[in-house]
Amino acid sequence: MSGTGPREAIFPTRMNLTLTKGRLKGAQTGHSLLAKKRDALTTRFRQILAKVDEAKRLMGRVLQLASFSLAEVTYTAGDIGYQVQESVRKASYTVRAKQENVSGVVLPAFEGVKNKDGNDFNLTGLSRGGQQIQKCRDTYVKAVGTLVELASLQTAFTILDEVIRATNRRVNAIEHVVIPRLDNTIKYINSELDEMDREEFFRLKKVQGKKKRDADRTDSERAAANSEFTESGGEVHRDEGIKGGEAGGGDMLDQGKDEDVIF
Amino acid sequence: MDAGFLEGMVRGYKGGLLTQNNYHNLTQCDNLEDFRLQLSSTDYGNFLANEPLPLSTATIADRATEKLVAEFNYLRTNAVEPLATFMDYITYAYMIDNVVLLTLGTLHERDTHELLERCHPLGVFDTMPALCVATNVDELYHSVLVETPLAPYFRDCLSAQDLDDLNIEIIRNSLYKAYLEDFHSFCQTLPSPTNQVMSRILAFEADRRSLNITINSFGTELSKDQRAKLFPTIGRLYPEGNNALARAEDLDAVIAAVDHIAEYKTFFEKAGSGSYGNGGDEGESGNSLEDEFFKHDVELNKMSFLQQFQYAVFYSFVKLKEQEVRNLTWIAECIAQDARDRINDYIPC
Repeated sequence: MSGTGPREAIFPTRMNLTLTKGRLKGAQTGHSLLAKKRDALTTRFRQILAKVDEAKRLMGRVLQLASFSLAEVTYTAGDIGYQVQESVRKASYTVRAKQENVSGVVLPAFEGVKNKDGNDFNLTGLSRGGQQIQKCRDTYVKAVGTLVELASLQTAFTILDEVIRATNRRVNAIEHVVIPRLDNTIKYINSELDEMDREEFFRLKKVQGKKKRDADRTDSERAAANSEFTESGGEVHRDEGIKGGEAGGGDMLDQGKDEDVIF
Repeated sequence: MDAGFLEGMVRGYKGGLLTQNNYHNLTQCDNLEDFRLQLSSTDYGNFLANEPLPLSTATIADRATEKLVAEFNYLRTNAVEPLATFMDYITYAYMIDNVVLLTLGTLHERDTHELLERCHPLGVFDTMPALCVATNVDELYHSVLVETPLAPYFRDCLSAQDLDDLNIEIIRNSLYKAYLEDFHSFCQTLPSPTNQVMSRILAFEADRRSLNITINSFGTELSKDQRAKLFPTIGRLYPEGNNALARAEDLDAVIAAVDHIAEYKTFFEKAGSGSYGNGGDEGESGNSLEDEFFKHDVELNKMSFLQQFQYAVFYSFVKLKEQEVRNLTWIAECIAQDARDRINDYIPC
């Protein structure tokens, strides 16, 4: 038996050998499928990573622009924060969540929805800085759009990361634990079976040897008895069988057809 | 002349305004620390000395405004009639803002005590906290009538019902219109040359409001009738210019309406008529009309210092100082946000 590595705790029988071979086959198929999934996810992951990077840079620029336009508003119109807060009645920018399927992984994707009629404070700064306020508002809507996009990417990024880890673990587990164990089991069963074969063979040999020895002994005993008998004046005939001589020992079945017996 | 001492004071304060050279130094600053250092050599002195270190632009603006308020209050306390009334009128503009802010808070059932802190300090009056007691619109309306100096404006423009229904901006602008008209008529009672100088400044202020309201109301739900009601009935555009503005539907009509007044025409020419329409120029010339207005405002206010023995200097001083605070905030903001290319867009007084 192969004593290296862990193996399944099963009896080394031919049936178990077939079963284990089947399982090994399954494990290998699973391994290649999971590896493919991992590759697909990693490709996607890289894409998202590039996009996240881009979106973050964009966000930096957009937010800078936005806060600067707010500074412009403060310059012309003064502090309008409170008025804006109070005159807003409902959200003019909402986020809708969708689902996206990447090789069996459900990724949430966020989508910003701009409300068309949600312009509650377009009279703010009527007498001073109204244009700046609208511009600032537009800039911020853009900035929020970028943020939403980034949020969606970032969530996808985290989820994908987790899934890739899990898949990697599975791939590695199959590759380094399950498959070697099954391999070991097969080897073990094979070696056990071989061992049993050899034992059987040896046993047969032994039986044959014993039989031969017994036969030899009876032969020599008989020869001794014969020679003793001839010395004392006896004659040893060979057993010629039925009819004896040349014709003896003919094949009964070869002697032609019998006469039909009619009752 | 009763106000000789105060006029001297105000001219002294005016002399303490930042000069072009100061502004130049300020724009060269790398961070807000430098900014503070530069300011400490000016009239502002150590006004930021006690602030905790990460300076925010809001703090700078607050402290600078506080300084303005302190100077104003000093003048106000020493003033006698009719200068005292004149200075009260200056504060009414800020009071309108504060009262509107409180109204807004009450309408939305906010904790109005918090709002008191957000009020402009120039517009604070003794009975203002009394407004916070009101819990519904009716009560508020009555307490405004009883407690505030703005009662006549409220009475003339609005009913308690309006306070609930109208857009807050419309209320604010109606009040402001009434205020401008009242201030103007008050100034006419003052001896020359105050009335001349003031009517020039107020006329421009009124025209500016009319133009801005018109331009800003394009594409909003503000109807033309409502718009026409918000135009002050003073100013060089009144009456026929205002009528034209009330009918205007796009920027070209506005330009046509101001065609007979050379200064305003040049504003629009300088501002570049294209930049207002699309509004997407990313700040290249997007607000230059507003800038032109500010520039002209500063110009007028500076001119009022050229005449002596009149009250307009007090008004002008407050306005110039306000502009200076805005400039400081702007420069500080530009430094904080690292937007060097726009840092020179301030309007030196």
